[in-house]
Amino acid sequence: MLSTMLLVTGAMGYFFYRVLNTPPKPEPDSFLDNDDEIERQAPRA
Amino acid sequence: MSANKESWGSRVGLILAMAGNAVGLGNFLRFPVQAVQNGGGAFIIPYLICFLVMGIPLLWIEWSMGRFGGKFGHHSTPFIVDTMHKNRLWKYIGVFGIWTNIAVASYYCYLESWTLSYVFHSLGGTFSGLDQIGVSNFFDEYVSLGESTFGIPYEPIFFFVICLLLNTWILSQGLAKGVERVAKIGMPLLIVFGMFLAYKGFTITAGENGAINDSSVGLNFLWTPNFDELWSPTVWLAAAGQIFFTLSVGMGTIHCYASYVRSKDDIALNAMSAGWMNEFVEVVLGASILIPISIGYLGIDGVVDLVNKQGGLGLGFRTLPYLFYQWGDVLGAVAGVMWFGLLFFAGITSSLAMGTPWIGFLQDEFNWRRRPAAWSFGLIVLVLGMPTVLFFKYGVFDEYDYWAGTVSLVVFALFESILFAWVFGMNKGWREITSGADIKVPGIYKFIIKFVTPLLLLWVFIGSLITPKGGDWAGALSNGWELDDSSIINKIKNSNLKRQLAEATDPAVIEQLQDTLFFVNASRILLVVVFLSIAALVYIAYKKRVREGRI
Repeated sequence: MLSTMLLVTGAMGYFFYRVLNTPPKPEPDSFLDNDDEIERQAPRA
Repeated sequence: MSANKESWGSRVGLILAMAGNAVGLGNFLRFPVQAVQNGGGAFIIPYLICFLVMGIPLLWIEWSMGRFGGKFGHHSTPFIVDTMHKNRLWKYIGVFGIWTNIAVASYYCYLESWTLSYVFHSLGGTFSGLDQIGVSNFFDEYVSLGESTFGIPYEPIFFFVICLLLNTWILSQGLAKGVERVAKIGMPLLIVFGMFLAYKGFTITAGENGAINDSSVGLNFLWTPNFDELWSPTVWLAAAGQIFFTLSVGMGTIHCYASYVRSKDDIALNAMSAGWMNEFVEVVLGASILIPISIGYLGIDGVVDLVNKQGGLGLGFRTLPYLFYQWGDVLGAVAGVMWFGLLFFAGITSSLAMGTPWIGFLQDEFNWRRRPAAWSFGLIVLVLGMPTVLFFKYGVFDEYDYWAGTVSLVVFALFESILFAWVFGMNKGWREITSGADIKVPGIYKFIIKFVTPLLLLWVFIGSLITPKGGDWAGALSNGWELDDSSIINKIKNSNLKRQLAEATDPAVIEQLQDTLFFVNASRILLVVVFLSIAALVYIAYKKRVREGRI
């Protein structure tokens, strides 16, 4: 019981810690950052 | 152009909203009962395995589908899935992602209103001085629209409407100012209340305040593994089913929330963080309250009997308010407020999520503004929810729950996993999952998402469709396949009700069963009509897009 509870609590703490400590991505400010040409309903790759 | 220009205010807010969407009443009322009924501690093994090979993959699939659809300005599943393949029929599969939410919200908001009402009854001391039967009778009186101790006429309807107004108003405030703000308040409070009650659940001592067992008796009962059960398909089916309900996958809410994530932002870590937060609330808090406290005061036999007769819902509403008062009047009232308060926060953060796909659909496709779209959701839920309030005793509530809250989730998840891995293509799908990821996604998940998850979902669906009598799979294979009344096929045929009707001799019972049969069939027709109506709206929206050259 305790090992399961510790595992789940630890996993939650670890991932939430990663979220809090990952710096936010900068806003894309160049053409190159925004030039993804994604195609709607593209045929299967 | 779509009137929908919303976005999340912060990353933590998004994760708390996603976790709030997943954390529901089932974390506290369903999970511990499922564990007790399916091998105790041994249940946690298939449960965690299903979380790893079905829950996490589905979270990543839904988050990435949502963010992908959001790049094209879609915020509801019909047109999110439509972006992924040219076949026009996919958008009608996506109808499940709106229909499920409207249908589930219709009964879920009623359930949520019970928790709100019980918070006020705990504050007002309604349960003080009542014995266990008195508290149980209060519940029966309540759901039968009987006399109210507050003197409010039709009290359940009053609280249902209040609850709906609250949901609708919050939804009308928008994503960041409404949904996210509630999640930022509700989730921390839920965890604090849960930790207090879990502490009480862990510290019951036999002989104190009328307790007959130490906490350890209840915790051992819940957690002692019965390894014989580990090989039972029924247990695995129950574990997979619990993962569905607890993570809110197969509903369309995750797609909708994720569609507001910026295209370059992470989804892999966000999904893990929200998913594990839900697991913490379920496995750590959910397992430490209902069963340990109940067994501490009522003993194992008493609780098993109550669980079999009333399920987790009955135990939570009929029994716990009485048990809290064993701690004295003040602490009993405080514990009642905390218990029903945490259930209310668990409920409202989920029901708010159910409103967003419909609102997103109206904003994207028909240029509705947020406010009228939110009020239209409230009105639809009021109309569809009233039968669950008025005809609760005829099984309307259970019927909504079974078809919209159970079967529909599996069907939609099965379709979306096939669409993502096999139609959209695993290579493109993998790129979507890992794009902008703040963690390294293990490569093994490419294989799991492509093969294991769809096969497991197919097995869950087939297992639910043709569940053998008594869950005896080995016996069914060797002695002929007799369907259980819980199987989807026998549910459609109303086998259980018809058998009860054939065996009944008391005219009053016969009349009750005949009425129940009528309301069960009427509920199904109503749900089908709602589904077809949404499908018709999707068709109109599609034609509109074609006319406007937007597709």
